[in-house]
Amino acid sequence: MSEQNRLRDAGAIVGIGATEFSKDSGRSEMRLVVEACEAAITDAGLSPSQIDGMVTFTADTNPEIEVARNLGMGELSFFSRIHHGGGAACGTIQQAVLAVNAGVADYVVAYRGFNERSGHRFGTGVQGRPPLATAESAHFAWYAPFGLLTPAQWVAMFAQRYLHEYGATSEDFGRIAVADRKHAATNPKAWFYEQPITLEDHQNSRWIVEPLHLLDCCQESDGAQALVVTTPERAKDLAQPPVIVKAAAQGAGENQDMMTSYYRDSITGLPEMGLVARQLWNTTGLTSDDVQAAIIYDHFTPLALPQLEEFGFCARGEAKDFIRDGNIELGGRLPINTNGGQLGEAYIHGMNGIAEGTRLVRHTSTNQPENVEHVLVTAGTMVPTSAVLLGVA
Amino acid sequence: MTTTDTDEQAAFLTKLRAFQGTEAGTEVGADPVNQAMIRHWVEAMGDQNPVYVDPDAAAQSVHGQVIAPAVMLQAWVMRGIRGRPAQGGSPRDELMGMLDDAGFSSVVATNSEQEYDRMLHLGDHLRTRTVIDSVSEEKHTGLGVGHFVTTRVEYETTEGEPVGRMLFRILKFKPGTGRSAAPSDDAARRPLRPRPALTQDNAFFFDGAKQHRLLIQRCAQCGRLRHPPGPRCPRCGSYEWNAQEASGRGTVYSFVVNHYPQVPAFEYPLAVGLIELEEGTRLVANVVGIDPSDVAVGLAVEVEWLDEDPDLTLPAFKPRA
Repeated sequence: MSEQNRLRDAGAIVGIGATEFSKDSGRSEMRLVVEACEAAITDAGLSPSQIDGMVTFTADTNPEIEVARNLGMGELSFFSRIHHGGGAACGTIQQAVLAVNAGVADYVVAYRGFNERSGHRFGTGVQGRPPLATAESAHFAWYAPFGLLTPAQWVAMFAQRYLHEYGATSEDFGRIAVADRKHAATNPKAWFYEQPITLEDHQNSRWIVEPLHLLDCCQESDGAQALVVTTPERAKDLAQPPVIVKAAAQGAGENQDMMTSYYRDSITGLPEMGLVARQLWNTTGLTSDDVQAAIIYDHFTPLALPQLEEFGFCARGEAKDFIRDGNIELGGRLPINTNGGQLGEAYIHGMNGIAEGTRLVRHTSTNQPENVEHVLVTAGTMVPTSAVLLGVA
Repeated sequence: MTTTDTDEQAAFLTKLRAFQGTEAGTEVGADPVNQAMIRHWVEAMGDQNPVYVDPDAAAQSVHGQVIAPAVMLQAWVMRGIRGRPAQGGSPRDELMGMLDDAGFSSVVATNSEQEYDRMLHLGDHLRTRTVIDSVSEEKHTGLGVGHFVTTRVEYETTEGEPVGRMLFRILKFKPGTGRSAAPSDDAARRPLRPRPALTQDNAFFFDGAKQHRLLIQRCAQCGRLRHPPGPRCPRCGSYEWNAQEASGRGTVYSFVVNHYPQVPAFEYPLAVGLIELEEGTRLVANVVGIDPSDVAVGLAVEVEWLDEDPDLTLPAFKPRA
């Protein structure tokens, strides 16, 4: 990790745009992405021809050149894709900040879109993937033949050990789901709008993979999200109050595996997220005390707990107490996932979380806490990951 | 398993394997390749390609004449309901008799692979030459304990022109020794487990598993054990490695019990453990021989072997006695 990160306050999110979030969009994934990008560009007060850079996930199936062609963007001088599924989310913003600071692009769109429910369902995992003689394929040789095939199953192995070591319970995981759904219930864009759940609902929901209940698992969604990034200097002239990227970071930990870092001395922490946290704090000089709200990546509830620990909102193993004390709800010390998170709003691989972080700094969230100055947004867990710290100009 | 069992098995396997490479007889097809049999076949298969039945259309095709479907190869020299000759005596019959007498009396055809040298035409008259290709060691399969027997059949015309060949594998097994006393149709029809993707870095593990050896990659220079394996020792930098056979004893470091989604290759609920071996490395494997709801972190376990199918053997762990 470099101690020389100079990208403090170096970028601004100036536009956000999304499609509706559904279970059956009825449109192509390409169309969803094009619609979201157009909405984000319009939100910024820009025209497509002003966009000269694009970033997405390697997991995305919509090539940037096709998106650009459909939007009439013209020439692109920067394009980049990031690996590792949902871990890429905030990394797309970091790429955009790097690009606009290096002068290789002026306005960069980051996007992600899919028909993840009506098309190929992510929850089915890697069953049916052909075994190829590549390292990425061979990785699954240690899991697929034994029936460990889905993200929920990979995460559950970690969760079981976490429960064992720290005396947390399934209810502690459930409290994350309850908070998410409570926040989704008042967000009209959320799939689970007006559908809050109780802890009892959580406990009564069927097992998906012990120790994960159905309500510990995020949804599969159809939809797309896009964001526009430029320099703080250019942001001053645009339509929205700029949301400053105080810092952005990526991280892969020691002995990192893709979803299955089971071979470290301890498997109850997220060292890759710890690395990301150290970079955010080092770059900005801020600490967890300076953060008033957070979007904590929640594909599965258990991994929200060690994230709170890695960023220093509570001590290791004490996230259960932090959560039990009501800190993550509106009015608490650190309201999280005010859009409903991925369990409540939609699962757009973390990109909708960055949009909510942007709204929180703009003070336009449907669940807006008062006095928000800095918002933390995190990306996928158990994979190489990323995060951004957003703030007012 | 006692030493005596193992010795007896080894002796029996030696006798069985004496048949490997043995010529197991020749046979001549009852009829040459003919239109009537072809017609019955393609009607049964629902294949409407005219090249098999319409001389005019076939003449216009790249073949220039009617051809037989390639996969009919085996059909041209099958014994059909004539059955085996009264006085057996062929080495293949002798081998089957030995297996029957040892209790491996049930048989199931597991797979066959065919190769074709050319298309067959009306009037081609075929004969076969059969060689016993291989006999496997004793395997524990879903159907039961048994030996896989592979024969290689060479097909040629009665004039001696080679036209194709076939590897044909059967499992001779002891009835009642499978997953359940009476193997259900479901178990027999269960799709195969997902195949591991093999590279030069990990194949040794799965090769070892076929021999019921639980192997851990070991750096040849500094001796460090590592799993999952890789090409270079992260500690000392050596690219040289070998493998150490694990004791097979360990404890459950963590585990999950899968309920959904249910993939047909597996039975649910399915317990999957992260096993910490005595040697210090961890690996993922199924936990068996215990109700999934009784699995717990810290459970002492030992390896047992799942001979899933002819190509896949996996370690599993059961509570230690």
